Amino acid sequence: MNRAALMVLADGRFPAGGHAHSGGAEAAVAAGRITDAASLEAFCRGRLHTAGLVAAGLAAAAAAGGDPLALDDVADARTPVPALRAAARRLGRQMMRAARAAWPSAELAALAAARPRGAHQPVVLGVAARAAGLTPLDAAYAAAYENVSGPATAVVRLLSLDPFDATAVLARLAGDLDRLAADAAAAGARFPTEGPHVLPAASAPLLDITAEQHAAWPVRLFAS
Amino acid sequence: MSPAPTTTRPSGVPATAAGLRATARILARTDAHGITRLPVLDGSGPFALRRTGFPGPQARVCMVGAMSAPLGGDRLAVEATAEAGASLHLTASAATVALPGRTGDAATYDVRLTVGDGARLDWLPEPLICAEGSDLWMTTTVELAPTARLVLREEQVLGRSGEHTGTLHSRLTVRRAGRTLLDQETAYGPGVPGWDTSAALGGHRALGQLLAVGPEFEDAEQRVRLLGGAAPERRDATGGQGVLAPLTGPAVLATAVAPDALRLRAVLDEAARSLPG
Repeated sequence: MNRAALMVLADGRFPAGGHAHSGGAEAAVAAGRITDAASLEAFCRGRLHTAGLVAAGLAAAAAAGGDPLALDDVADARTPVPALRAAARRLGRQMMRAARAAWPSAELAALAAARPRGAHQPVVLGVAARAAGLTPLDAAYAAAYENVSGPATAVVRLLSLDPFDATAVLARLAGDLDRLAADAAAAGARFPTEGPHVLPAASAPLLDITAEQHAAWPVRLFAS
Repeated sequence: MSPAPTTTRPSGVPATAAGLRATARILARTDAHGITRLPVLDGSGPFALRRTGFPGPQARVCMVGAMSAPLGGDRLAVEATAEAGASLHLTASAATVALPGRTGDAATYDVRLTVGDGARLDWLPEPLICAEGSDLWMTTTVELAPTARLVLREEQVLGRSGEHTGTLHSRLTVRRAGRTLLDQETAYGPGVPGWDTSAALGGHRALGQLLAVGPEFEDAEQRVRLLGGAAPERRDATGGQGVLAPLTGPAVLATAVAPDALRLRAVLDEAARSLPG
């Protein structure tokens, strides 16, 4: 048990580049789908149970010792638009640099060598968690929490939303996060022996559509 | 019959539900003259299969809805195979309506498509409509040989006009040459957390996909195309919207949402028109 390492990994100040991404919130604000704390919460709940669940499953599977290159392919099959695949790989590369500085390991080095342009971020996160001595459940928590804390933080900047309100949104999602992380960890533990079909594949059509719309904007505050 | 895939099914779905069990089987095989024959064309229960058109390089089959299905507790399956070199075009005469059953059990509907080298399968059914109170677990599992071609359309409508939706869990898995090309799960309706949110549907009640796979997508530069109201020149949030984008592999996928089935089809038709061939 190594709880302190989880706080380092899940800290919003961990230098893995997440602050440059809004997780689809910038596009949702522009479309009028996020206007206040209540609509932010709905967006985050929807994202958590789709993209967040998939990310948590991948991270848990990698932390459980699943083959990271196979999981990188699994992530591609669950990410049907290029804008989101590119964002996930860019974030993965940045996560890799920070993780190798924090917890140098042969597994991280091997993944970095095999995917020099970046593996999908949740896969890197899972291998990093493993290097830090964390469990698949820890990795699932970190992936799922980041999946909603990113949009919540971005909306504070995009809408000048009160940071107290944004934090309250995250607190209200804690029950969902607990259940989802447990489910993702259970699925991740089965991956090494049972293969990709046990991992969540939940999709959110609007996140895919608006990610490509957003990528075509000439000027934007966030990279995704 | 090979066992139905159980990838997403919860243990709560009973293995021996009291409902209807029916499997439609279609096998397309090309003969020495390049004509696609149908040595197996076997419908039962809700599936009546009609061959349409004249014998030729492509065999066309229409699934004629003989009754309302699936009801809760039913276990339905379709198995269609286009062997090497064959071409099979499958459509349906009407929408499939998932309805509640007498027992409250979930229904299952498993589609298994297999396409050999040089073969082509078009799977173009009408929409699946999830009536209020229904509970359906659907899987669509596709196995493609390295030079197989596939065009697959999937449309889901959440509730009939003016009613709430039933519950739908659907998983689409497409494997090509032993590698998973696409793996997607959709879950909507009562009991599914976060389904009716601005991240997933934004209030829309129809969603769909059009998938095209084939060697012609191998080398071509596939660019992303915004569809319907998502296109910048037609920025319109009231109609359907979508995106057509390349997958990791020789394939493109259109993803669309719309207020209703009609406007959904318009977006998917726009995607279909921009496909090669």
